[in-house]
Amino acid sequence: MTIAQTIQCEEALRLLAVYLDGELHGADHTNVENHLKTCRSCFSRGEFERRLKAELGELSHDVVRPGFEQHIRQLITQFTASSPKRSDE
Amino acid sequence: MPVEMLEPTASTIGAPAVSRTPTEDTAQWFERSILGVLPDLVGAARRLTKHATDAEDLVADAISKAWFAVDTLKDRERFRGWIFRILTNAFLAQRRARTSQPVEEPLPDEQAGFSLFEQLHQPFLLWWSTPEKEFLDKLLREDLIRAIESLPESFRVVVILADVQGLTYQEIADALDAPIGTVRSRLARGRSLLQKALWEHARDAGVRTQRKNPDVT
Repeated sequence: MTIAQTIQCEEALRLLAVYLDGELHGADHTNVENHLKTCRSCFSRGEFERRLKAELGELSHDVVRPGFEQHIRQLITQFTASSPKRSDE
Repeated sequence: MPVEMLEPTASTIGAPAVSRTPTEDTAQWFERSILGVLPDLVGAARRLTKHATDAEDLVADAISKAWFAVDTLKDRERFRGWIFRILTNAFLAQRRARTSQPVEEPLPDEQAGFSLFEQLHQPFLLWWSTPEKEFLDKLLREDLIRAIESLPESFRVVVILADVQGLTYQEIADALDAPIGTVRSRLARGRSLLQKALWEHARDAGVRTQRKNPDVT
């Protein structure tokens, strides 16, 4: 059983990053969520951190050079060809 | 150890002996899965190595290691975390082979709590037109890449895995063979350093909004 409590800004900010990472659970999650609904300053901080994290997430993939993708396909084909056991055996 | 737990570790990745040979079905699945995450692998590798050619070498190395360990992945739903674990281990192994310097780079404690928001925020302004929103609006991809690449390696790796690639704390802990508490600590300090780098870059580039602007009422 989790019991939500009123928490202060200091505690909310201490838990904010873990909350935004989706790694906060139970009462702590509920407490931060409730605090952000009622505290404009912490809500603004949360939105800023959330958007910065999203901007970083946009760096997750780069354009793959066509020659490199072809190289990887050939590499995997070599692996497959060298495997002595096949599913149709 | 349960069979389900047999995922590659720093000691087993790249091991020449494979207990069972992948089937053709596995090969097809492997190729499809690799090609599906290839842009992400290349992106992570470029952020890790800071070099396009080194990044491609790292990705190819990681894919080779993954193939020879593919039978150890029992839950294909966990492929993404698994392949990034291999990529990270391959990167760290390459770094250890190339340098005698320790990977760990200490960070002065006073830098651990830097908050970009606190530098920018002006509480008396309306939320839809704030310095922090303007800052993010002006932020370029190159600014973020430069800031990430400025981080000490041990922090850069964690920030890339968490914030760029979106891995969970447990997946990062597995990749680095480190406790979750260490991951959280490095992530907090890495993010603080990242925000400080962005702040300093903004200040140098003159794009930073003046704090405490006396003209604003």
